[in-house]
Amino acid sequence: MTKFNAWNVIKNGLNGQSYWTRQWRDPEPKSSYDVVIIGGGLHGLATAYYLAKNHNIKNVAVLEKGWIGGGNAGRNTTIVRSNYMMPGNHEFYEHSLKLWENLSHELNYNVMFSQRAHVSLFHSPGAKDSVSRIYNIMRLHGTDAELWDLKTLKKKIPHLNYHNSRFPILGAAVQKRAGNARHDAVAWGYARAADTLGVDILQNCEVTGFTRKNGNIESIQTSRGIIKGKKIGFAVAGNTSVLWQMVELGNLPIESHKLQAFVSEAVKPLLDQVVVYGVGGAHFYISQSDKGSMVFGGDLDWYKSYAQRGNLPMVQDVAEAAMAIFPSLGRIRLLRHWAGVMDMTMDGSFFICKTPISNLYLNAGWNYGGFKASPASGWYFADLIANESPHNYVQNHNLERFEKGINIDERGAGPDPKLHG
Amino acid sequence: MIRINCPYCGERDHSEFSYGGDATINYPSLDASEKDWTEAIFFRKNIKGFQFETWHHSNGCRMWLVVERSTVTHEIKSVKPCHPDLQKVVENNK
Repeated sequence: MTKFNAWNVIKNGLNGQSYWTRQWRDPEPKSSYDVVIIGGGLHGLATAYYLAKNHNIKNVAVLEKGWIGGGNAGRNTTIVRSNYMMPGNHEFYEHSLKLWENLSHELNYNVMFSQRAHVSLFHSPGAKDSVSRIYNIMRLHGTDAELWDLKTLKKKIPHLNYHNSRFPILGAAVQKRAGNARHDAVAWGYARAADTLGVDILQNCEVTGFTRKNGNIESIQTSRGIIKGKKIGFAVAGNTSVLWQMVELGNLPIESHKLQAFVSEAVKPLLDQVVVYGVGGAHFYISQSDKGSMVFGGDLDWYKSYAQRGNLPMVQDVAEAAMAIFPSLGRIRLLRHWAGVMDMTMDGSFFICKTPISNLYLNAGWNYGGFKASPASGWYFADLIANESPHNYVQNHNLERFEKGINIDERGAGPDPKLHG
Repeated sequence: MIRINCPYCGERDHSEFSYGGDATINYPSLDASEKDWTEAIFFRKNIKGFQFETWHHSNGCRMWLVVERSTVTHEIKSVKPCHPDLQKVVENNK
């Protein structure tokens, strides 16, 4: 792998770009590995990278049924933030944000992380109180958080709809260190960096079954042959239940739902921040990509689904939400929209935990928040696999928390997965 | 758009309905163990394929229905009233 630096850029510039090597190898599967991670999304790749980097476990394979960047890694709205308040969650997402801040250097790959501020609008005194509580909790834990009054907000983002009399904008809760990144670059960057450390990335390698021995998983049947793993990690959000039932572990506190995202044609610079609002049953978030496209999304499609395609009522719903807050988008044309399958959990929080099978580890249940979580998810999942015990931050992110009554429910929405958006 | 054939109203767009969830959950008796209750409230089969699920015709007759639908293709095989006695009435009136 040729390192990206000024010298190599100049050298290749003078030689017709002919000395670059491929980003990662395309190896044949070995018969056995120390750790096999199933799922070559951001979380699986990050886990493999941190296993090799932090724990010196380099005999690792990442199994991906499609291609790198083709699943939810390429189906998100790329928002990175850490505005969480529940114990465990705020430390975890803050650690993630800190990893994001150095990720381009860490991976020697420009992930285009842009700390452009995450602006969460509020529309009533009650909403202001509620969000102030959350953002105060963040400040107490050392995360940046501030409130913008209407005057500041109008100065920063002049073209929001400030004339809506039903839901007037009163101000915004802001996290300035938050922002977004380029999703493909994150997948490629982690894949390239993990590969450099010796990790085998096996694409078009779908898991079709497992062989059990003495209660453990002995080997994995895949479309590219049988692969043995001393330790096995699931990182297949969206399809976690499918694999879980393949190893006959029964039910999970997860439902698969689909979430749509939208990209418009490219326009000149219009929006410098990530803007979010949720009021009166609407939910909407928008930013502008470096290419100029408006990238936005809203709620789930509201019914359980494994289909990676969205339904039209939600397209209309999101378009209405966009017009309510950003009337200037009225003439803009939609370029693409797509859906990704989410693990929606019963309390809206994730799982990084051990399982009833002693050599199987679970990384799942990312709800709406998988993209921003990916660096810390890989970090703590690798830590769990290497050290056999969960880090303090994720010690309650397990499957037993429901029976114990220590649900981590940020929204307080109760045990209905579709409500945890 | 999914089209749901409501036994009371006829075929309608799914945007008239609200999604309930898994229709196969049986709550245990009140004195059942915490493990049984945890399983019933929090744990799901999350089937990839045909499943029974509840839908509420919230912008129509406001009746709860059991729909057999594929979570992969969204194809619907059957729609019945939730209440077993109402199911019988609908069957008898066919």
